[in-house]
Amino acid sequence: MASNEEILAGLAEIVNEETGLATEAVEMDKSFTEDLDIDSISMMTIVVNAEEKFGVRIPDEEVKNLKTVGDAVGFIANAQA
Amino acid sequence: MSVPTLKQAPVQANTRIMGVGAYRPSVIVTNEDVCQWIDSSDEWIRQRTGIVTRHRAPADVSVIDMAEGAAREALQKAGIEASQLGAVIVSTVTHPYATPSAAASLADRLGATPAPAFDISAACAGYCYGIAQGDALVRSGAAAYVLVVGAEKLSDVIDNTERTISFLLGDGAGAVVIGPSDTPGIGPSVWGSDGSKWDAIGMTHSMLDIRELALTGKRGSAVSDEEAAVTDASLWPTLRQDGQTVFRWAVWEMAKVAQQALDAAGIRSEDLAAFIPHQANMRIIDEMAKKLQLPESVKIARDIADAGNTSAASIPLATHRLLEENPELSGGLALQIGFGAGLVFGAQVVVLP
Repeated sequence: MASNEEILAGLAEIVNEETGLATEAVEMDKSFTEDLDIDSISMMTIVVNAEEKFGVRIPDEEVKNLKTVGDAVGFIANAQA
Repeated sequence: MSVPTLKQAPVQANTRIMGVGAYRPSVIVTNEDVCQWIDSSDEWIRQRTGIVTRHRAPADVSVIDMAEGAAREALQKAGIEASQLGAVIVSTVTHPYATPSAAASLADRLGATPAPAFDISAACAGYCYGIAQGDALVRSGAAAYVLVVGAEKLSDVIDNTERTISFLLGDGAGAVVIGPSDTPGIGPSVWGSDGSKWDAIGMTHSMLDIRELALTGKRGSAVSDEEAAVTDASLWPTLRQDGQTVFRWAVWEMAKVAQQALDAAGIRSEDLAAFIPHQANMRIIDEMAKKLQLPESVKIARDIADAGNTSAASIPLATHRLLEENPELSGGLALQIGFGAGLVFGAQVVVLP
């Protein structure tokens, strides 16, 4: 099971691969849409890759609740617990 | 009492695609045109979908007209007379008659009568479903040659002002002839369905609802008064999709199906000459190619940029264009995969004609 720091680092790699954003830009309080400018299709790609990387299931209806990077880290940590 | 042994049709060991034909209708719809109907921009549409233009058919060109155009070229390229066809299959969801089929009329126009003729309703997987059936019919000895056509006039079932799917869609037809071969030319079909996602892509309402609407001004299946209140403009059923659900399913589940088709054919991704997925969205195509870890040497069909998403027609149209622009791909291996409303999917590795 991964710590929050490890989940954040893994998520930052996925975001970097999809969008080209620097991994350091992916911080807990950043909003995916407003701060990181990630569109809905990129968001689904990130979700699919996060599911694979962390071995969790993120339902479609949950995705809209993941507004910030911290929301996603928290959801993945809970799902792994 | 002894029962006489009956004869069964002799089987064919191998099949192949013998020729490809295409029909691209004349009207070009640009992103600027689309932006008259929805609040969007050329940049937004290109970024999210990779689409620059779509071809659409004028009012006097039908699904059967387009199917005929593509079929005539496929027959000519295959060097087969229509009279040699043992079956005519049309994959379509936009032939505007529940019955009779588009295929029966097409067979007659081509001079293939009395070949068996039928339509397949498998949306964007329709072409790969057709290849699965054409391959099976020829190998089983049920037909000498099979014509498989994907033909769609999606412009008849869209609402230009909605934002989930209409702006992606184009019209067109693609066709192939399948026949016997000395060497294997069509790998095992990996095909299936997931009706639990029946609502993910489909029409806004049924034909029964249209009748109800015409008689009462209300939609029979409506769950609320608000939904039941309709205008003339919403009488006609049109397509909708849940884009996020479809995108995830396409990228995640369909990459697995594509890999299964490779495995079933005993082919590695580096053996491929081309990857020809259903032209649903450029971002889906890119993501699938990434998941499959296709090497640079594999040519990826990107017909969607000019043609839009043409459902059952997209794979044969993309194949036709790939071969026109890269004739050296002929004889090479292509992985093709279709997926769409149902949900349904089909994939196979084929030798390009």
